[in-house]
Amino acid sequence: MPLLQTATPPTLTVTVRPKSEPTPTHPVSIEVKGLNFYYGAKKALENISIDIQRNLVTAFIGPSGCGKSTFLRTLNRMNDIIAGTRIDGQVLIEGDDVYGARTDVVALRRRVGMVFQKSNPFPKSIFENVAYGIRLNGLASSRSDLHGRVEESLKSAAIWDEVKDRLHESALALSGGQQQRLCIARALAVKPDILLMDEPASALDPIATQRIEELIYQLKTTYTIVIVTHNMQQAARVSDHTAFFWLGKLVEYGPTDRIFTNPEEKLTEDYVTGRFG
Amino acid sequence: MPDRYVPHFQEELEQLKTRLLEMGGLAEDRVRSAVEGLVEREAAVVDRVLSGDMPINQLHIEIDSRCFKLLALHQPMAVDLRAIVSAVKINTDLERVGDLAINIAEAVRRYMRHLPVKELVDIPRMADIAQSMLRDALDAYVRRDIVLAQDVLSQDDELDALKTQVFRDLLTYMLKDPTTIEPALDLILISRHLERIGDHATNIAEDVIFMVSARDVRHHAGEVGA
Repeated sequence: MPLLQTATPPTLTVTVRPKSEPTPTHPVSIEVKGLNFYYGAKKALENISIDIQRNLVTAFIGPSGCGKSTFLRTLNRMNDIIAGTRIDGQVLIEGDDVYGARTDVVALRRRVGMVFQKSNPFPKSIFENVAYGIRLNGLASSRSDLHGRVEESLKSAAIWDEVKDRLHESALALSGGQQQRLCIARALAVKPDILLMDEPASALDPIATQRIEELIYQLKTTYTIVIVTHNMQQAARVSDHTAFFWLGKLVEYGPTDRIFTNPEEKLTEDYVTGRFG
Repeated sequence: MPDRYVPHFQEELEQLKTRLLEMGGLAEDRVRSAVEGLVEREAAVVDRVLSGDMPINQLHIEIDSRCFKLLALHQPMAVDLRAIVSAVKINTDLERVGDLAINIAEAVRRYMRHLPVKELVDIPRMADIAQSMLRDALDAYVRRDIVLAQDVLSQDDELDALKTQVFRDLLTYMLKDPTTIEPALDLILISRHLERIGDHATNIAEDVIFMVSARDVRHHAGEVGA
């Protein structure tokens, strides 16, 4: 018998909730119906259906490899660039079919901004990092409008006070936490409706993390935010709704306080209490 | 983002504090009304106490639920953790004070069916001390004031002494005239309830000391030879 065996995943016996538990005051922003996703022959997401509501923070949690990041990336077609992937099912954003034949992917990504785990500012000045998307999309009517929009975005991302006197210095000179907030400012500059965040604070120290979390809390009044995090406590702190993924399936989705105090599924309970595996 | 950086968790802690104070205000008000009904022999005042514990009960549940969620969702540490654990305990104490106000009102209602046993002196004094202890304990909670909390602890002895005095005093009346037994027993019960209110104020003061200084002073813990 070989010493190392490939672990066989335990049989999944959970009720897959086809729909969320909507809070009537918040209309649905992202509607996903029966989504399956494949990396080649491997099925990475299985029959995901979920309604994500406007102006709320929705967190995706689950162990590594559960499909939460893959699912996040299906929402603005970031998986398109990976060869050999295939998707079926439907993703509707404010009623528009994301995978429809006539969908303009660039326009989609303007509506659905993204912030990544590792901050990735352009090797340009702080100002240019934010101005880039505004210029690219032709959003500014004049030079002063451009400046106004850059300032507004930096203020929204809670970094203006720290950079206002050094706008023309390189963005790479900023600290990790500042770079991440700059990336958020860059995403906000093109006025998206939705902000997707993939582990936005996992590379940051606790103070910088707290600033990002507070920022998320402030931003939800204007944007719909979806955040992937492997840090359960972070999901508990920042989100209104939480979705728990396991082995490519959506196990449970509901108000964050319920998921963390009284989950319906045994699997969710095992995960949030650290009894997993 | 506001100019002054206040994490929303701190705002929620402030809201918790405000709700707890509202609860304290209601509890204190009900004790005051129950004793006022006794002194003035005003049935309407007493009846309002008897029928009005819904708001305090609702707050009791709401505050517990807030604490539960704050613990589950924010994983508080150090002084924040102590503040929430203390809030859970203070909440229970205040709800019990509200219940004791009802117990007093019930005894007053029974007492009013009889002629007064005597002029009331010590029970109103007990009520003043109990209310003052409660108010001071809540002030100490708001101001994070350990000195005031210690002061509450020292008032409790006076309340205990008055309760013993009320009992002895009424015993002589009962021995002299058995028709006073029933109303006098209600007065003894009322003094017992007021003394219990002082005990709850003491608990709150002890929680305040724990919250501020992480020092557990219950059951004389920490004293030499304890």
